[in-house]
Amino acid sequence: MPPIHLDLAPGARANDSPAARLHLDLPLLIGLLALCAAGLAILYSAGGGRIALVEAQAMRMGLGLLLMAAVAQIPPPWLKRWSPWVYALGIALLVAVMFGGEVGKGAQRWLNLGLFRFQPSEILKLAVPMMVAAWLAERPLPPRPGTLAVALAMILIPVLLIARQPDLGTALLVAMAGFFALFMAGLSWRLLGLFTALVAAGAPLLWHFMREYQRQRVLTFLNPESDPLGSGYHIIQSMIAIGSGGVYGKGFLEGTQSHLEFLPERTTDFIFAVISEELGLTGVLVLLALYLFVIGRGLYIASHAQDSYGRILAASLTLVFFVYLFVNTGMVTGLLPVVGVPLPLVSYGGTSLVTILLGFGMLMSIHTHRRLLIA
Amino acid sequence: MSRRQRKARARHAPEPDYARRQALVLGLLLVGFALLLGRAFERQVLEHEFLLEQGQRRYLRDLPLPAHRGQILDRHGEPLAVSTPMDDIWADPRHLRPDHPLIPELAGLLDLTPEALRQRLREAAGRGFVYLRHAVRPEISARIAALARRQRISGWLGRERTYRRFYPAGEVTAQVVGLTDTDEHGIAGLEKSYDTLLAGHAGLRRVIRDAQHRILAEVEQVRPARNGRDLRLTLDRRIQFLAYRELKRTVREHRAQGGSAVVLDARNGDILALVNQPAYNPNDRRHLTAKGLRNRAVTDRFEPGSTMKPLVMASALDAGRVRPDTPIDTDPGYLKVGRNLVRDHRNYGLLDATSVLTKSSNVGITRIALEFPPQDLWQTFHRLGLGQVPASGLPGETAGVLPAWQGWGRFEQATHAFGYGLSLSTLQLARAYTAVAGDGRLLPVRLVAGQDAAAPERVFSAATARTLRRMLETVTGPGGTATRAAIPGFRVAGKTGTVKKVVNGRYARRRYQALFVGLVPASDPRLVMAVMIDDPRGKAYYGGLVAAPLFARVMAGALRLLGVAPDALDDAGGRLARAEVSP
Repeated sequence: MPPIHLDLAPGARANDSPAARLHLDLPLLIGLLALCAAGLAILYSAGGGRIALVEAQAMRMGLGLLLMAAVAQIPPPWLKRWSPWVYALGIALLVAVMFGGEVGKGAQRWLNLGLFRFQPSEILKLAVPMMVAAWLAERPLPPRPGTLAVALAMILIPVLLIARQPDLGTALLVAMAGFFALFMAGLSWRLLGLFTALVAAGAPLLWHFMREYQRQRVLTFLNPESDPLGSGYHIIQSMIAIGSGGVYGKGFLEGTQSHLEFLPERTTDFIFAVISEELGLTGVLVLLALYLFVIGRGLYIASHAQDSYGRILAASLTLVFFVYLFVNTGMVTGLLPVVGVPLPLVSYGGTSLVTILLGFGMLMSIHTHRRLLIA
Repeated sequence: MSRRQRKARARHAPEPDYARRQALVLGLLLVGFALLLGRAFERQVLEHEFLLEQGQRRYLRDLPLPAHRGQILDRHGEPLAVSTPMDDIWADPRHLRPDHPLIPELAGLLDLTPEALRQRLREAAGRGFVYLRHAVRPEISARIAALARRQRISGWLGRERTYRRFYPAGEVTAQVVGLTDTDEHGIAGLEKSYDTLLAGHAGLRRVIRDAQHRILAEVEQVRPARNGRDLRLTLDRRIQFLAYRELKRTVREHRAQGGSAVVLDARNGDILALVNQPAYNPNDRRHLTAKGLRNRAVTDRFEPGSTMKPLVMASALDAGRVRPDTPIDTDPGYLKVGRNLVRDHRNYGLLDATSVLTKSSNVGITRIALEFPPQDLWQTFHRLGLGQVPASGLPGETAGVLPAWQGWGRFEQATHAFGYGLSLSTLQLARAYTAVAGDGRLLPVRLVAGQDAAAPERVFSAATARTLRRMLETVTGPGGTATRAAIPGFRVAGKTGTVKKVVNGRYARRRYQALFVGLVPASDPRLVMAVMIDDPRGKAYYGGLVAAPLFARVMAGALRLLGVAPDALDDAGGRLARAEVSP
């Protein structure tokens, strides 16, 4: 027998569906499309029925899905080989934005490339897990202290650069991505405990490094009623919107808090409140089920990855997706302080949408480029 | 397991706890989802009612439906106080900032300097609502609203309908009609005493309003607006204007401190005019003074002096003690009463009763008055309304002072007879003479049309009233004290009064109050008018010189306005006219 044919995805042979032949993971694709569709529908309502808003978002989704499909064609070894370059580009752009970036909403995050503006920090959400996974996968696991130190530096450099902008939300997500990669690579339980203890002990210290508005957000989170017209306004209006939805909601397009414009940022960070008001607990359950399905599929892919790079990267990307969801919904429901993180795939806006879909493209690539041995 | 085999083929050693890590991740994930769901459940099920209500409180608003205050009208329906629609202009300073490019144009429309407008917005910075200007005329506010629409800032700049009180007759009716405060509550005059009737009752409507104050829909009218009711007065605006003009002129001419005049309809006691000096312009409240606000004609009392004499005379006529031609000796021009002396200006010698009034002899009236038991005289004064509020409906009416007869000595009785030691208001003085103008009954005074008035009360017989009027005609005739009260073509009955002014509780030197009260046409009076000029500082200070000419000018005009036929034409036509008048 000649050796097993290596050029084609053996998975395609085992499960010879059209999607698989295109290197697309059907369950994941269905879950993502369902989330995107739900996002467009709720955006139509949150945007006050402006169809132009929905069209713009649909265009971005289309672009994101195309990029996702394109990335899915790239075999994981290539991704692994490109990881250092992507990471280096990301860091370079972060440094560039530090000197020549545009200021928006009090933070220097944007880089204007003429055609479009984008946030280099978004690249790092992919680049950090890619880099850390590539670095660790080449070395004996569980990582030795030296390896670990280098990995930590790989995480901390971009995190600090982003936090300086300041963009606490993104810095948090990037740090989490790196941390998840470390964890999945087999960071020892003892070190894990130590990290957790350090973070817990360092939290009060963090207070000193926070900017005034960030401190205010924490205080507001602890007691939103202290300034109901100022910093507490967002969160109180959000609570009211969510709570007035009840079990079945007020009905699609019937939300008063959002349509009467009491709810701020209703198409972006606070879109979850619109869903909760109009579709109630039922809608929330359905939406969370969709997310759970997508995340579950991501973890399944991670656990079935054939090499450490794929496993670490897939798990890290999936968990970051979960953190996105958790931080956003936690903020909107008052579980967490206000951190500017969008609801993934649903909030209006292009940058994070494209990044997330690119990540899912990598997941699909990891899953569909497996080589199967016929037993 | 193929995975195990692949792992084994890799360079790394397999990790025994990989499954545990996955389990931990999965566990944490599920805990996270559970937390989110629990939170959603808490908000949407447990706190649902509370948060729903909180939401409604933010978008359901109860807004007032403006109701306008009733008008005050004269007897012919001419407006004396009207509520005109105005708009208050408001803005949201969070959006309309001091550096907004529209500020100069907006300031121009609001009649403010751009800097004043900016200042106003700066002071309200951070708030969601501020009034830029109150009471802007509707045509201006409409232009502001159009500007806001054009610039698409209707949510931050708007108008609110209110009403502002306007007094078309201005200072002429100032103290009678009175004033309202900025919330349209009456604070003076009839505006105050009839506030409950005039006040409109704002309605309430529930609306859905968005965070930018834009009203999206009306849910229901909780309570309809109820406009105030109109108040129609007995005043005749034309006579009021005339009386005011002449009073103002007289006060200025004689450099008096003030004055008041009242014109009554002699047939029913309707107040046709009630004027005061000084006055104020109720449409411009920047110059309000306590002096101007005082409705002297009803709030200030003064000693009536010689204007009391005819009333004492009527009492004597009525009792049959005197007739017009009864001789009364006033020689030698003074009379000792107890230890005091009553004096005349000069020795009038032997007079008849009529001449006692014509010459205004203190000695003559004293001789008549002292014939009465004090309680009889007191009773007459009391029946004429002295010491009682006239109940015209104006706030702050004085009752005047009529001392109890038990305390009267003979000298007090004498001085009361020529009008000292007791006091009344201009309105009370005019009212007392309605008993002379008609058939001897005192008429209730009325300022609000349609109001139930007390029944007239008889004080004298009709014959007494008629006789007294004839006697009083001599006052305005040749040799009388008030020749200047004469009106060509009309017979005028009247009486002058010149009293020493009381300043700080004692009679001041060379300070007087000049009075005149009269009736026209004397044959069948239509009008009663009382005039009081306070402290004239010119050369003349006698009632006959200061107050009487004012009476003549106002009455001549009023009679013409009312179309009253003359009763004293000297030629043949005049006699004919007189014959027509008398039944």
